[in-house]
Amino acid sequence: MEPNKTFSWQRTASVARKETLHIIRDPATLFFAFFIPVMELFMLGFAINTNVRNIPTVVLDQLNNQDSERLLRRFETSDDFRIVRQVYSEKDLNQAIVAGKAKVGIWIKPEHSRRLETGATTQVLVLVDGSESTTAGEALNVANALALSESLSRVLKDQPLPVEVRPRILFNPDTRSANFFIPGLMVVMSQMMAIMLSANAIVREKENGTLEQLFMTPVRSAELILGKLAPYLVLTLAEFCTILFFMNTVFQVPINGNVFTLLALTLPFIFAFLGMGLYISTQVSTREAAGQMAMGTMMPSIFLSGYVFPIDSMPTFFWYLAQIFPTTWLIDAARGVILRGAGWAELWMHALVLWTMGVAIIVLSMLKFRKRLG
Amino acid sequence: MFSPKPAGESSSLRSGGRVKRELRMPLPSPTNGHTIDARGITIRFGTFTAVHQVDLTVSPGEVFGLLGPNGSGKTTLIRGLCGLIPFAEGSATVLGRDVTGEAERVRSQIGYMSQKFSLYEDLTAQENMDFYAGIYGLSPSRTRARKEELINLTGLGPYLHRRGGRLSGGWKQRLALVCALLHSPRLIFLDEPTAGIDPVARRDLWNLLFRLSAEGITLVVTTHYMDEAERCARVGYIYLSNMLAVGTPHELKQLPGVTPPGTHWLEIAGADSAAMLERLRDRPEVLQATVFGQSVHALTYADFSAEDLGLSGAQVHATEPSLEDVFVTLSRSQANDNGN
Repeated sequence: MEPNKTFSWQRTASVARKETLHIIRDPATLFFAFFIPVMELFMLGFAINTNVRNIPTVVLDQLNNQDSERLLRRFETSDDFRIVRQVYSEKDLNQAIVAGKAKVGIWIKPEHSRRLETGATTQVLVLVDGSESTTAGEALNVANALALSESLSRVLKDQPLPVEVRPRILFNPDTRSANFFIPGLMVVMSQMMAIMLSANAIVREKENGTLEQLFMTPVRSAELILGKLAPYLVLTLAEFCTILFFMNTVFQVPINGNVFTLLALTLPFIFAFLGMGLYISTQVSTREAAGQMAMGTMMPSIFLSGYVFPIDSMPTFFWYLAQIFPTTWLIDAARGVILRGAGWAELWMHALVLWTMGVAIIVLSMLKFRKRLG
Repeated sequence: MFSPKPAGESSSLRSGGRVKRELRMPLPSPTNGHTIDARGITIRFGTFTAVHQVDLTVSPGEVFGLLGPNGSGKTTLIRGLCGLIPFAEGSATVLGRDVTGEAERVRSQIGYMSQKFSLYEDLTAQENMDFYAGIYGLSPSRTRARKEELINLTGLGPYLHRRGGRLSGGWKQRLALVCALLHSPRLIFLDEPTAGIDPVARRDLWNLLFRLSAEGITLVVTTHYMDEAERCARVGYIYLSNMLAVGTPHELKQLPGVTPPGTHWLEIAGADSAAMLERLRDRPEVLQATVFGQSVHALTYADFSAEDLGLSGAQVHATEPSLEDVFVTLSRSQANDNGN
């Protein structure tokens, strides 16, 4: 019997078949692959809303006439503020904010109307709890805008405003947070799965000694690696599609571009992280250590890729650093396809970069694996 | 392209004038006829020498026992002979092929059963076999035929659909043996195949191994069990990376190093072996004494009678050293040499 000196698809298929059996028989893997991403999706999709609305507000109205009513109504009808309580002293006003019952306090002083009549500037004190910078910033901006708007309408009486800005939000008109986060979540989840499953798969064989037995057989390292990783490629793609499906149906995020374009870009991304998992498996010998190393790569990916924090507002160094992560590229591409309806014309660069990264990482990791065989 | 037809195969198996690849007879052994021919094998890991200048020849059909303490280089030597670890010095041919140049070829023609059960616990016995058949490139028909043969040989029939992890020790080893034999290797390495297995299963496994040997398959077995060593045709002892002795059990027992000139081995059987041991050790003429169940083996310069020892009812007679005596003596003298 002569061994095949060239690459053998039969051997690769045997390894892939075996790996598939392992996956089916291990409920933990399937749980990790499907339940956790879907759960994260639901949590993120329903719970998180970065638009600031309904800020609890307390009011100290020492005037209580038509003028103060008019001002307070402006505050109330803007979605941003929600008046929860009326207080009757300065001490109570401060107390309410310190106790956390309100994040904003509005104080209309008794001389408010008198000053308006004499043409002097009247000051309305707006106390803002600065602990949450997003909320505080928003509250401040809206309060200023309301005051300006009120001032202008008093000055112009019934005349129209000279300059008006017409904002029109493209692609996500309701600025729904779900639309922003979920595509990013899909990418990050797939990354985590690809890297953890592939590292786990190989280290598990190291741990229980079956890898040594495999080395004694004619199977080549390329066949072994491709055979082992192929089922996880399929699994990760399936998980990606599952999240995509839920995103579209449950969370009503429309997919404005072509799904297949997105999948075509996701493929090299998954290769890259399967390769990273492979690399990790050459460095460690227990599954715990593999898990830790995998988590270590996840953190910078989450913070630097534009998943949560916009990269444009990062210092230059970190912006360049972000370009090294495949995550950054795919998140942008995913948002592009889903939200902006982008196609190949806009995303060819992403495809190029992702394929280069994917192939490079897999090849390098394979070489590392071969060397380790000794 | 005409190869001799294996006996019993009908001509309908030919396809277009060529006999199917997997039914051809295995390639003939090299001119000197050895299955394994290794000279001066040295294997190093950095500054550590795991195997030092080891010579080894194994003949076809032989059951060769490889013994030695843990960590002395047995497994490393086997891995080297399989072409997994490069030799720092020396060379070896296995089944006629040079290990260094044709490692892949060598590995496709030998079988290996590792120390720990290293088949897949969550796959059934059948699935494990199918996997290895696929890895060794067996066609479906060949796989079917071999599986049937080997299942009959090992009796694994009732356990085919049981998961590897649920098999007991003896059956796990049988499954591992089947997987190592699927591709009809002429040589298999077994690394402590009977570790942790009950005596009945051990005996059964060895009966299997001897049947394989009778069919002409060469076996290299590492073991710690002396009774198994005694059953091997030839035995080699590796101690701290050196092969201290190679030969038949009988030859080893006759080694001069084991029985220094002027000494002989005595077996003293009687009631209290522990007490006997104490008395013997007190004697200056006694070089070594070990308890062997109800009796004591002693290496002495002088002859004793039971009365000399002050033990009535004891029987003293000359005996051959056991293999254990051989190895202990060899190890001790090597250790002394290393110390000096």
